[in-house]
Amino acid sequence: MFPRPIQQSSAPAQWVYAIALPIVLLLWLFPLLGVALTSLRPASDLAQGNYFGMPSGIAWENYIFIFTETPIGQYMVNSLWVTIPTVIGAVSLSLMTGFALAVYGFRGNILVFFMFVAGNFVPFQILMVPVRDMTLQLGMYDTWYGLALFHIAFQTGFCTLFMRNFIKALPFELIEAARVEGVAEWRIFWFIVLPLMRPAIAALSVLVFTFIWNDFFWATVLTQGVDSQPITAGLSSLNGQWIAQWHLVSAGSILAALPPVLMFFLMQKHFIAGLTLGAVK
Amino acid sequence: MAQATGISAAPSARRWNQRTLAPWLFMAPGLFMFTVYVLWPIIQSVTLSFYDWNGLYNQNGEFTGTFVGIRNYAELMTDPAFETSLWNNFYWLALYLLALPAGLFIAIFLNQTVTGIRLYKSLFFFPFVISQVVVGLIFAWFYAPNFGLFYLLTEAITGKGTAILADPDLVTFGIIAAGLWPQIAYVMILYLTGLNNVAPDQIEAARLDGAKGWRMLWYVVLPQLRPATFIAVIVTVIGALRSFDLVSIMTNGGPFGSSRVLSYYMFEMALGEFGFRMGYGAAIAVVLFAIMMIFISGFIWKMWRDETER
Repeated sequence: MFPRPIQQSSAPAQWVYAIALPIVLLLWLFPLLGVALTSLRPASDLAQGNYFGMPSGIAWENYIFIFTETPIGQYMVNSLWVTIPTVIGAVSLSLMTGFALAVYGFRGNILVFFMFVAGNFVPFQILMVPVRDMTLQLGMYDTWYGLALFHIAFQTGFCTLFMRNFIKALPFELIEAARVEGVAEWRIFWFIVLPLMRPAIAALSVLVFTFIWNDFFWATVLTQGVDSQPITAGLSSLNGQWIAQWHLVSAGSILAALPPVLMFFLMQKHFIAGLTLGAVK
Repeated sequence: MAQATGISAAPSARRWNQRTLAPWLFMAPGLFMFTVYVLWPIIQSVTLSFYDWNGLYNQNGEFTGTFVGIRNYAELMTDPAFETSLWNNFYWLALYLLALPAGLFIAIFLNQTVTGIRLYKSLFFFPFVISQVVVGLIFAWFYAPNFGLFYLLTEAITGKGTAILADPDLVTFGIIAAGLWPQIAYVMILYLTGLNNVAPDQIEAARLDGAKGWRMLWYVVLPQLRPATFIAVIVTVIGALRSFDLVSIMTNGGPFGSSRVLSYYMFEMALGEFGFRMGYGAAIAVVLFAIMMIFISGFIWKMWRDETER
């Protein structure tokens, strides 16, 4: 193990480590903690210049205010309307593409695979004008499905890479054996491979959820109004209205950050498995 | 598809057909979506970059752009805003790579087995999970003039506070620092996973040979972390070139356009207040795409080698 386990060091060194750990963490998360505290600070404190001292009270009303006086609740609902269909769509499509690319040695296999992988890294800007134009033409501008359809297509690239590698690592004999038995291909997919894919599905679902929830660029390009804007774009426009009302900006930020943070904590193992794909041989 | 008519030939012929056709059927929906939303738009953007177009159609629904050849690209060459964006992208790229040593350092710091370490690791990872919009707002608060912590800190040290987001010379570095926060967290998690898989017998053997500290890290550990480093470089480069959210949230490219990057400048040209210059925007996007292609082909080339080795 590298570095040498701290338990093998001298007692003082162990003490230093035990003390350093929380201090470093505190420094690392300092900006986030500052914002979390500001979100609970009464507006009157900020007006008097009390930014970092003891707050005069805990102001839950900041949160109540943004829920009752701004459409932030609607924005969060909109985000779910985009995020959940995207997760379902991208995972289902990539299960199939991944299966096809992992199991069949057809001509052009590797070409199609690399195309999916490369598409993943393309800068969004090169897609922006045509995708926006197409969405407008199809009458899907400023709707949740217009945004979700694009996300499904784009995320399919990354998900295919993941699924294909996952299926490749499964024992191929399973499929061979089924073929010898005369099982149809779609049944192999449905009854043999799919049940084994649960960890991959879980990992991709949390990852795609987080990516899409946090997406700002496409939300700005493909939606406009309160009825369909997701939280990221909504928060950005609210920020424009709340100039320097940091207690509100902070409360909004914390709210927008909450769902992916919860997702991460609940599904930590899967999240990290998905993210570190390829980091080890 | 040739239908097998003879009864005796049916089983094997049908099998064969099924197995040739199956992958394409499985891939059809994914390929269709990907072609419509990713591949085709790339071709369209490249084409569009040779046109002058305001994004509108006439009453008959016809395209109103005019072909201008390479004029958009010629204009880019003399556009000072484009030059600023290009330079800023270069700074982003160079400084973003600091996430690698920083992430490795934190990963080594956290790679212990004391009580509660799992919670520590996930809390360190936090910045990556939250949206860049939120990261941008957090840092805007951190940098805010007069009361922001950074401002107060510089005031305490130099006697004069620095409002970094209002300073044309420093603004880009302020935004990059904000971007590094989640990026370091990402690299850290990659290296933590890598460190977990370092062969313990090699470490022990090197230790017996008297290797420790930096020498151990450089000659024994880092070579084993190569796959993690590779992924970290790729995601960091892509992240640097994709930087849009932070610029948009923190400064809108300002002050005086000094924090623009290519991705943001493109957006400004095509959809911003300067009017709908779709063709010019597309030309900027093509340049960005070309820069990205250098790295994408490197990645694909390595994957190709790994695939064919097997």
